[in-house]
Amino acid sequence: MAEFTLPKNSTLTEGKTYKALPEATSIRLFKVYRWNPDTGSNPRIDTFEVDMDSCGPMVLDAILKIKNEIDPSLTFRRSCREGVCGSCAMNINGKNTLACTKAIDSFTDTISIFPLPHLQVIKDLVPDMTHFYAQYASIKPWITTQTPAPADAERLQSHEDRAKLDGLYECVMCACCSTSCPSYWWNSERYLGPAILLQAHRWLIDSRDEHTGARLDDLEDPFKVFRCHTIMNCTDTCPKGLNPAKAIAEIKQMLVKRQLG
Amino acid sequence: MSLRTPLAIAQGLGSAKSGVLHWWMQRLSAVALAPLSLPLILFFNLCFNAPFQETILWLQHPFNSACLAFWIILAFYHAALGLQVVVEDYVAHEGIKIISIGLIKLSFALLAITALLAVIRIIAI
Repeated sequence: MAEFTLPKNSTLTEGKTYKALPEATSIRLFKVYRWNPDTGSNPRIDTFEVDMDSCGPMVLDAILKIKNEIDPSLTFRRSCREGVCGSCAMNINGKNTLACTKAIDSFTDTISIFPLPHLQVIKDLVPDMTHFYAQYASIKPWITTQTPAPADAERLQSHEDRAKLDGLYECVMCACCSTSCPSYWWNSERYLGPAILLQAHRWLIDSRDEHTGARLDDLEDPFKVFRCHTIMNCTDTCPKGLNPAKAIAEIKQMLVKRQLG
Repeated sequence: MSLRTPLAIAQGLGSAKSGVLHWWMQRLSAVALAPLSLPLILFFNLCFNAPFQETILWLQHPFNSACLAFWIILAFYHAALGLQVVVEDYVAHEGIKIISIGLIKLSFALLAITALLAVIRIIAI
């Protein structure tokens, strides 16, 4: 059966509390999930008091401040700090999002920070994305053609055809959507999940691609696509404001169309 | 320890090349069941509130008995498709999953046949 409760070694414990300096006037509390594979102990929740007077506006700024000034062992991924790399995806106050584009001010009370749900944790806020990336590779996210490219020009695409990729090409593969999807939690071995299916759709509707049929053949599976039950968590959580649920619906539509149309 | 590459694991046994019709028929049967439930409600009303003979006469009308028979077939078909999805979602063990889906299909076929025979017997009174 799908596991609905945490295994014993994943049960959370209360961790350390790091007090702010006495002169700090504007304090926000950050509760952060910590797990170190080397200690063999259960994960814990550390509480950090962060002085907002010397902290940037985003949740990532607070995490960086914690790492720089309070506990250098705090482990997380980050790179661009402006929502284009997708590295700092994490669960902030119960919702998957990018720490770099989430303002601290959008929350009123304590901010709880967890790694993306239902992935193996490597350390602290760093989940194992191996399978997610392998699933991405499995949909062949590159143009495939039989017709050779024109000798003296690139492959052309009309403005209308290019516009079809809007709302799809912006995806940064942060995995916020896939890891918010209960279907992906229960069946991620076979279900591709919203992020990968959005990418699959991006290549299905690319006017320059010549393997639409083969791509649909690969997707025609009760698990790869049809585990999507239109729960819509993906669209609700996407930090880039994209709509993976719609992309999946359009894949289903294409599959039905070629069967019955 | 498995030394298979992550891509080999992700690709697994490949695409089953099915699932579209299952998904489509589940929706089609749901849409068809909505209007077909109206005669069923009338039938239940007669069952509880009308004399036996009047209920039988109503059911013997070809339109009513056809609607009821169609409802039975579609409802059990729809239920079997839906329960299969539930099993596929939540049962991780391959063997139990395959056996459960088989049992669901056979049981709902049996239930549908039984219900249809009951309708035929009532009409034949």
